[in-house]
Amino acid sequence: MYLSSVMSRQLKEIVIKNIFFLFALVSIFILGLIIVFLFREGVPIFKVVSVKDFIFGNEWYPTYDPPDFGIWPLIVGSIIVTLFASLIAVPLGILSAIYISEIAPPLMKEILKPVIELLAGLPSVVLGFFGMVVIAPFLQETFDLPTGLNIVNVSILLAIMAVPTISSISEDALYSVPREFKEASYALGATKFETIVKVIVPAALSGISTAVMLGMARAIGETMVVLMVAGGAAAIPESIFDSVRPMPASIAAEMGEAPFRSDHYHALFAIGVVLFFMTLFFNLIADYISTKFKEVGTATL
Amino acid sequence: MQDDSIIKVKNVNFHYGDFKALTDINMDFEKSRVTALIGPSGCGKSTLLRLLNRMNDLIDGTRVEGEVLFEDKNIYDSNVDPVEIRRRIGMVFQKPNPFPKSIFNNIIYGPRLLGVTGKGDLRDLAEQSLRQAVLWDEVKDILGQSAMMLSGGQQQRLCIARALAMKPDVLLMDEPTSALDPISTAKIEELIEGLKKHYTIIIVTHNMQQAARISDYTGFFYLGKLIEYNLTEKLFTTPDVKQTEDYITGRFG
Amino acid sequence: MSTIQMISEEEVIRSPSHRKAISNMKWRYLKQNLFLGVVRLSALIIAVSLGGFLFYIFVNGIGAISWDFLTLPPRDSMTKGGIMPAILGTFYLTTGAIIIALPLGVLSAVYLSEYAKQGPVVRIIRIGVNCLAGVPSIVFGLFGLGLFVVFLQFGSCILSGALTLGFLILPTIIGASEEALKAVPQTFREASLALGVSRWQTIFRIVLPNALPGILTGSILGVGRAAGETAPIMFTAAAFFTAKLPASIFDEVMALPYHIYVLATAGTHIEQTRPIQYGTALVLIALVLGIDLIAIIIRSYMRKKKGW
Repeated sequence: MYLSSVMSRQLKEIVIKNIFFLFALVSIFILGLIIVFLFREGVPIFKVVSVKDFIFGNEWYPTYDPPDFGIWPLIVGSIIVTLFASLIAVPLGILSAIYISEIAPPLMKEILKPVIELLAGLPSVVLGFFGMVVIAPFLQETFDLPTGLNIVNVSILLAIMAVPTISSISEDALYSVPREFKEASYALGATKFETIVKVIVPAALSGISTAVMLGMARAIGETMVVLMVAGGAAAIPESIFDSVRPMPASIAAEMGEAPFRSDHYHALFAIGVVLFFMTLFFNLIADYISTKFKEVGTATL
Repeated sequence: MQDDSIIKVKNVNFHYGDFKALTDINMDFEKSRVTALIGPSGCGKSTLLRLLNRMNDLIDGTRVEGEVLFEDKNIYDSNVDPVEIRRRIGMVFQKPNPFPKSIFNNIIYGPRLLGVTGKGDLRDLAEQSLRQAVLWDEVKDILGQSAMMLSGGQQQRLCIARALAMKPDVLLMDEPTSALDPISTAKIEELIEGLKKHYTIIIVTHNMQQAARISDYTGFFYLGKLIEYNLTEKLFTTPDVKQTEDYITGRFG
Repeated sequence: MSTIQMISEEEVIRSPSHRKAISNMKWRYLKQNLFLGVVRLSALIIAVSLGGFLFYIFVNGIGAISWDFLTLPPRDSMTKGGIMPAILGTFYLTTGAIIIALPLGVLSAVYLSEYAKQGPVVRIIRIGVNCLAGVPSIVFGLFGLGLFVVFLQFGSCILSGALTLGFLILPTIIGASEEALKAVPQTFREASLALGVSRWQTIFRIVLPNALPGILTGSILGVGRAAGETAPIMFTAAAFFTAKLPASIFDEVMALPYHIYVLATAGTHIEQTRPIQYGTALVLIALVLGIDLIAIIIRSYMRKKKGW
């Protein structure tokens, strides 16, 4: 009697644990579903065009007759805006993290941390709108350009979107540098600057790298800003004032017009596959860096 | 004693926020001697030590009253640079805290900041400091390896060598052996013995036997006050103050 | 004392190179000041960007805001009237998203925080959560289109959009919940387990109630995120214009972010509808940042209040 109630209690415990486990698998399950459905709708395009021609083809004319499905200009567009955005966002993000973690007086910290969080929460469509109505005319007039919807404009806005990611994750990394390192440095007569640059930042470097990777992943996958502000030219750009058509922009702009299950429709899903794996790659690198950091601690730097 | 003192603490009070950690401390530290600061946990001995090279500056909400004279100049004067003070007054911490860098880079971290650049100079300096810290023979072949893989005792001697590489005048040690095994402790005590010829050493310890073994003078702290400051031999045999006697004989509290 | 090397007095006290080096203090401080200047500037740039941006949208948008703007549907082919259907649509979509994501996320977090032991399975789950968090929103849009709209034949509707947004914010909810669960002191669990209470009862009676405020904060942030997203609902739920308000979860809806996008980029009245665009942008920003701000305030209030 007593024994059986113990048994059933243990059984219950195990059953409940496994129910929780099933729910824990839901993220993996969704990730799997995403892959399945992207492939299901995307793969048929490769009956029309080879994988190589699709990725490295220089012509993206999906609605011509006959159509061209080469997404190389779109990939280049994505990479270029991501790189330029990083050029702005990486220093800004890391320096602001240093400011918050090491330099700012407590009150400033209390103000800046929410500011960065709010920045992260800005809806991208409103940023894109701002780029269209403010930055674009400004660029156009200042540099006497045919259009202000170009790489510079997009890069600025993408940088604003990536800064919060880079800043907050870097700040966590800087904050968790053991106090002993800082004390050791100060006790040796190092200035604050020297302590930050030679001890704190190197000790937090893997965390900062993770932050940069995730920031770049955020930029490369961002849609609304590139859709509204990049200008949409599906060609390899020659100057930073040229328009581009990054991958997310193409998908978002064209899906509405692409006839259901046409080649164009499948091609857009195939772009989604490429985009998915590019961001997955960034995320896996970030994950790899941060895990390695956790396992070995700071000892390897 | 007057002429030989290198650091003079005059009427010092110290506050952490609302908490008064030190009250009316007056204390002179003699040159080329080992002075030990003892007392129960929270008595203020470590706080005083960290006052001597302005490490407490790094903690928010602290306040110092009074003067700490180093070579007859108040280190808390507004025109004094704490960085310069810390260079001349080195510190070794309770927990060994090497940087996650190579052994060699740990040693030359400070000198390089000072502008010592020559490869040869730096190597000589590293060797000299490591010899002084009696670590050279153990690490001379692995200078390029991470300091984190050394044993706790070796790490602590590395930290001492790192402090010595700055050519300080004074060496502050905050319970440098409390995290170490007895053998490493003995090594570091020996080392302190050898160093006192050239350096003024002020050591905080919770271990009375250690204080008795290695120091020339001992100060006993209790509840933020300096209860007794005396020759070590005298303090541990015939203390002037009853409280000291109670503490050293274990009849405390 | 055999190992102590004899070093000359001269060498120990002051080597010439040290003496020389002391003079470069000025240069070291110059570098420091330059650095501090750059660091402060970068913080300033960020604060000013946010401030300037908000100020601009506010100044240009406030004129369009009126009671009618918030409560009436658009008219005259969207050049006049209000944005009520879009507000309502965004409300439906985000509510649906949180209804889907909250239980999934909390249960998932309970496993990760309360049951999981270090090992390859947990490792893979964590990578999964991180990767899901990194999936671009437009890919979520494609996924929602492929699964809900096409495969499950829900069509473009509230349900498809809410499911897509729910999956999008799932990692946010998991992360926040896990953090909240971890912040519950181990002693609470031990006290309960030591009384002979089973593990799952401990979780439901002690751990979850104590983690609830933190979980709620995370969920509020998730709601903010869902309300501002455009790309995931473009192909799954959002309509340019609906004549009627949605009657069921299988109806298409208007949504604030999509409304801004459409008015600003498509159609023939882009210039004419600028005031409406600004007004809608202001409403969306106020909504999203208001939600975020509430979460931030609750969180900082809780941190101060919490005794443990």
